[in-house]
Amino acid sequence: MTPATTTEHTAAGTAHRRVEGRDKVTGAARYAAEIPLAGLAHGWLVGSTVARGRVRSVETAPVLAMPGVLTVLHHGNTARVTTDYVTVLGTSPDPTAAVFQHDQVQHMGWPVALVVAETPEQAREGAEALVVHYDEEPHDTAFSGDRADAYPLDSMGQPAVTDKGETEAELAASAVVVDACYTTPENHHNAMEPHAATVRWDGGRLDVIDSNQSAAWIQSELANMFSLDPQSVRVRSEHVGGAFGGKGVRAHQVAAALAARALGRPVRVAMTRRQMFALIGYRSPTAQRIRLGADADGRLRALQHDSLNQTSTVHEHVEASAGVSRVGYDAAAHRTAQRVVRLDVPTPTWMRAPGEAPGSFALESAMDELAAECGIDPIELRMRNEPERGPVSGLPFGSRRLPDCFREGARRFGWADRDPRPGVRRDGRRLLGTGTAAASFLAMAMPATAAVTAEADGTFTVRIGAADVGTGARTALTLIAAEALRTAPDRVRMRIGDSDFGPAWGAAGSMGTRSWAWAITDAVAALRERLAGGAGIPPEGVTARSDTSGSVFGLAPRERRAYGAQFAEVAVDPGTGEVRVRRLLGIFAAGRIVNPLTARSQLTGGMIWGISMALHEEAVRDPVSGGHVGADLAGYHVAAHADIPAVEADWVDDPDPEDPVGIKGVGEIGVVGVAAAVANAVWHATGVRHRHLPLRPDRVLTAPPAA
Amino acid sequence: MAPPVHSEITLTVNGEEHTLLVDHRTTLLDALRERLDLTGTKKGCDQGQCGACTVLLDGRRAVSCLQLAVAAEGRTVTTVEGLADGDRLHPVQQAFLDLDGFQCGYCTPGQICSAVAVIEEHAAGWPSAVTADVRPEAGPPELTAEEIRERMSGNLCRCGAHVQIVRSVARAAGAEEAAV
Repeated sequence: MTPATTTEHTAAGTAHRRVEGRDKVTGAARYAAEIPLAGLAHGWLVGSTVARGRVRSVETAPVLAMPGVLTVLHHGNTARVTTDYVTVLGTSPDPTAAVFQHDQVQHMGWPVALVVAETPEQAREGAEALVVHYDEEPHDTAFSGDRADAYPLDSMGQPAVTDKGETEAELAASAVVVDACYTTPENHHNAMEPHAATVRWDGGRLDVIDSNQSAAWIQSELANMFSLDPQSVRVRSEHVGGAFGGKGVRAHQVAAALAARALGRPVRVAMTRRQMFALIGYRSPTAQRIRLGADADGRLRALQHDSLNQTSTVHEHVEASAGVSRVGYDAAAHRTAQRVVRLDVPTPTWMRAPGEAPGSFALESAMDELAAECGIDPIELRMRNEPERGPVSGLPFGSRRLPDCFREGARRFGWADRDPRPGVRRDGRRLLGTGTAAASFLAMAMPATAAVTAEADGTFTVRIGAADVGTGARTALTLIAAEALRTAPDRVRMRIGDSDFGPAWGAAGSMGTRSWAWAITDAVAALRERLAGGAGIPPEGVTARSDTSGSVFGLAPRERRAYGAQFAEVAVDPGTGEVRVRRLLGIFAAGRIVNPLTARSQLTGGMIWGISMALHEEAVRDPVSGGHVGADLAGYHVAAHADIPAVEADWVDDPDPEDPVGIKGVGEIGVVGVAAAVANAVWHATGVRHRHLPLRPDRVLTAPPAA
Repeated sequence: MAPPVHSEITLTVNGEEHTLLVDHRTTLLDALRERLDLTGTKKGCDQGQCGACTVLLDGRRAVSCLQLAVAAEGRTVTTVEGLADGDRLHPVQQAFLDLDGFQCGYCTPGQICSAVAVIEEHAAGWPSAVTADVRPEAGPPELTAEEIRERMSGNLCRCGAHVQIVRSVARAAGAEEAAV
């Protein structure tokens, strides 16, 4: 079927409340640490207090003598697990999750022990009392843009370096050149639900109730680590309290599985908020340099984007920030490079809009600088450099309605009335400004399997290894299944979050709902064929299955992306340096919108992440200890209600013709471009460019005055 | 002889009286979650910074992670599980459900308990940090979006549901027009 198909039930495309919403507002929805099990013991992780070295000894005896303490696991007494395997993403695993395998400490907070006790209070006190001796070694956690030991690194099929045309010659021939460095700090996911797993060994089968963004991934990783066949591992995650890229296989699941096996009883391990800062990954700080060369009319001749991020000594991760410059604007010459530097820090990982969030801050800030240099409206500048094909790849685009997003956004925001001069608007003592930026994000699909059952009572049951981490996937998939089945949504039972439902892509890369929807519509098509004969439905129902591995990889190569235009209005207090966002508007072309109610929440949620990134979020690492200063929600401020103004998201019609349902994905694009739009608005308010995030009051106060 | 490490306490939770022998280290939050199986109250940070564990303690909002269970002896607790009247949701719960005032749902019980108290505090004339006229005779300020945001700022949301939460609180308070 196609998006245009008319059916007697048009569930998809209209606003629906979340199908699990009632459970969430009444407290009935249970998360990973909330499933009761008989005989449950509680584990508490112990992190290292040095950033690098070796564990010399663990003084277990006094802790084992404490009331209720059952065991203390550490590298000296823990069974070996396998770390030599290839993950479902085709990469080597981050060995950080394989806890207690050796005596080496590779970053501050490295898990060195697990204290297990009858109650959480006993486990916590044991963990706090445990004395660990270290042979400390010198560490290096100092990230900066001029690290001589940085090296280029490919990432997930993206080359480290691209080079098209003669960048230096084009820059030399340019009438206007912008050459600037931008930095973004270490950011942390901070899902509201801390990582937790409740684990038992059930007759040789590992049964894991967990908080993650893909039960199938965790199943696969744990099966590899514990040398089990995948069917001997079951992972369930019915409700997940936020993920944002940080909920993969981590120390808690592995430690709980090891302890449950050692003790022969179920064990729960929940991380503390502070432990999450060391153990779940984070967005690396970046140092980026952009060079733009243009003719006087703003037409780009050269676009260069170099990005550096940190990784750990045990695993490589690229924050692919230069990727935005490979697809953003047309130029005769393009040069991009992504490099990493290895430090004694935890391995960074994907975090909502990986690459695009920091990369768009640099590129879209630089474009605003170029617009000002050329005396051209920032939107007009972008329109003049709109590419017809992938600027680096040469591939045709899928639908690319970026200009329509800017036109609609400009109309609604009142952009036409904008005085381009900086530093000339006041509201009392505050300076006012507006700014804009483009957004785009990859729009892809990944393989999934699904089963759809026609039940004898006329209802339908869908089983798919999807994860609803707050995206509204469960509801969107219900609507999609109902539309495909030509039935009402309340006749569809959507079962997700269980690895027993078969392999499926996770809630990641803005590809979750699209990938799962594809599998569901395929399974429904097969079911409808089976039912076409008109025979009655037996008591056990009729089930059809699908596997989209063949179809999702069968698409011809294209630059497939979702787009958006972000508009911000800020007020800057020159007395305190405080920046407040007064208005934020995003207009998106992000595929067919399945459920406007929850899709809008996803988009505005991403935009709020953008405000938080622009103004607040920054994890500070102390170079002396190698650990964080204030690793909690007071030291690391995420936007609170008082920080967030009226944020509005809307969209232009943009069904993806290559997707069976028309979806592109809305989970991450909302973040992209917001920090640049805010920084550009601060320039418009004050006349001062800010190239380092977050836009802290001290930075605003101490910035040199506008030239 | 070692000092006692447990004490018997009585709590009234959602209208029901419970007598519990609790470890002195047990927080009210853990007593609710681990002992009474009332897991609707969430643990987001366990140190009073996120508001996910907000409950109503003798009718006023409090973060249950910063309160020892023994210190709550004899007090009355209302959790998110105790707000609905049978199948009929509390107006705040209904507004959150209708207006999508949540995403992952983990901060939601705390947001809802806080919102119930915010509406009562406002009606009782309590000012906030953004209230312009704080004289008692000025009466309750208009419950604008700014007032709601200020009063709800102790409850963090990471999914970014802020806009929908503020709207939900306004609707439940019958103040939708003021909060636009």
